[in-house]
Amino acid sequence: MSSGEQLVKEGMGDGRVIRVEDLSVSYGDDVILQDVTMEVFRGEIVVVAGGSGSGKSTLLRHMVGLSRPSSGRVEINGIDITTASAAELRAVLRGVGVLFQSSGLLSSMTLAENVTLPLSEFTDMPDAFIEAVVRMKLAMVGLEGYEDHFPSELSGGMRKRAGIARAMALDPDILFLDEPFAGLDPITSAGLDLLVKRINQRMGTTMVIVSHELESIFSLAQRIVMLDRGKRGIIAQGDPRALRDESPDPHVRHFFNREIEEKDETGRHGA
Amino acid sequence: MHKEDKGRGVSVNIGGEREARLSLSGRLYLENLHYVMEWVDPLLEQPLLKSLAVDLAGLVRIDSAGGLFLLRMQEEARRRSIRFEFLNISPGVRGITDLIDKDVIEPRPSPKVRSGGFFEEVGETTVMFLGDFSQCMTFGGILLSEVLYSTLHPASVRWKDLLLSVKKIGVDGLPILALISFLMGLIIAFMSSLQLKQFGANMYVASLVAIAMVRELGPIITAILVAGRSGSAIAAEIGSMRVNEEVDALVTMGFNPVRFLAVPKVLAAILVVPLLTFFSDLCAIGGGMAVGILGLGLTFRTYAELTSWALTVHDVVTGVVKAMVFAVLIAGVGCQRGFSVAGGAEAVGNATTSAVVAGLFLIIVTDSVFALVLNYVKW
Repeated sequence: MSSGEQLVKEGMGDGRVIRVEDLSVSYGDDVILQDVTMEVFRGEIVVVAGGSGSGKSTLLRHMVGLSRPSSGRVEINGIDITTASAAELRAVLRGVGVLFQSSGLLSSMTLAENVTLPLSEFTDMPDAFIEAVVRMKLAMVGLEGYEDHFPSELSGGMRKRAGIARAMALDPDILFLDEPFAGLDPITSAGLDLLVKRINQRMGTTMVIVSHELESIFSLAQRIVMLDRGKRGIIAQGDPRALRDESPDPHVRHFFNREIEEKDETGRHGA
Repeated sequence: MHKEDKGRGVSVNIGGEREARLSLSGRLYLENLHYVMEWVDPLLEQPLLKSLAVDLAGLVRIDSAGGLFLLRMQEEARRRSIRFEFLNISPGVRGITDLIDKDVIEPRPSPKVRSGGFFEEVGETTVMFLGDFSQCMTFGGILLSEVLYSTLHPASVRWKDLLLSVKKIGVDGLPILALISFLMGLIIAFMSSLQLKQFGANMYVASLVAIAMVRELGPIITAILVAGRSGSAIAAEIGSMRVNEEVDALVTMGFNPVRFLAVPKVLAAILVVPLLTFFSDLCAIGGGMAVGILGLGLTFRTYAELTSWALTVHDVVTGVVKAMVFAVLIAGVGCQRGFSVAGGAEAVGNATTSAVVAGLFLIIVTDSVFALVLNYVKW
């Protein structure tokens, strides 16, 4: 085991697995995020919420090293991925699973082949065992019997679940889910909630979920980090129920209570 | 027997022969399972083994693959009629093994793929080919009627898209076309001059280059280049739009997707490909001229006069007409393949390849037809 993997398994020691420090992102003159600082602790489910265009997905992309920030740092298990070498970054990402908004399954491969891909690449298990692991992963997300289907033959919800199965293939310590509930019916959504909770409880997987689906936020989030487009950063953090009822910021209360807001007094949210 | 590998974080302890006891301690996960299997699999295969107790007391950490490994071991023992039990299983390990669907432990017999015989395959391929042919014909009909409609109703044409396509198909393709044509002219002139020199017939190099290029090679080279550059691009663009449901969106908004997407591209190709062909002819003649002046001692004036004597208006016009037909075929096939995309990224790739191959096939077949027909039609 390389030192990178060792760290992925052990974490930073103080329970923090991810630390985002003064992260700023801008495209040209367009500032998306400014001085964002947040932490994610081992085994917790954190939801990153916020209105459209508040930079949720941008933050996630930076947390998994897909984009480099304008300034600031992102540490996963103590390794700063913004300055890490390609090899170090790969080692860190081995302990990370990501579900992309549009699932990111390779369309030229069947579901089984999609899930097999990381397993056969990064482990030396015999093929028969890998095949069993693949069926287990697909069964965990309720897709047993769909091994030989192509992603294009599945519904949106099934593709999302297959994406989770692939992200879970190597039993990562941290799972990032980008809008896992968008476009799903309430029953599928509830099923996915349950799945996420079970994975989190049984396997101790740390979850970072980007979502603005209130129902799922309330049922899943142990902690919520709320971004705002006007402030280009975090406006609230904490327990979602407490924020809904007690937040001093009317915008936060409106968000959690699903209320329309006036073009508001500070002029902050009108953009 | 005791095996331990600190680096992999697991230790395996095996005791007893008929009534074996296996202790696993440390961590059991994807990275070290392979190593554990190497020790456990031979144990299960021992013919004398009557019972196996697996002690999990020392297990610190286990992932789902580790859980699956334990369950498979249990299943394997049951299959071999070996008494099996887990000892000291912790709630954490139990939580993980409970996550696993018991049905996945045994491999399900994979459904047999029935392979058809030779005749069945020939039949299927024929049906597929005929289906493809009829699709192409149907689309060709729709496309031609839409192009006709658009020429009669110029206001319905999306001129901005058309101009953009003119730029992409025509202007952007000029440099590479110029280079290829110039070199073709140069090569033809050079190679033929080597032979013609022997008969003192150097002056025929000019007519040879002019007639070969203007009648045959100019239109063909241009068409092949446009099929490779633009036929593929058209198929890929429309194919990606199909995959992203953009075409469906156009239909539901009340647009005719063929008129909206295909007509501007086809019209642009009809306008531009003849011009490109003409340009290719000129460049090739330029190439021939370079050889004539530098290698054969002809003057610019002589070469130009020899060329103009060799060519007739008929040659130039048929070249242009051919180019127009090629343009419709290339752009039409590109659009058809694009619209027929269903599925994902791979389907787009297939459509792109198919657009180029079908385009080249149609160009050559049509060119042969032209060669035959023009042999009889003279004015």
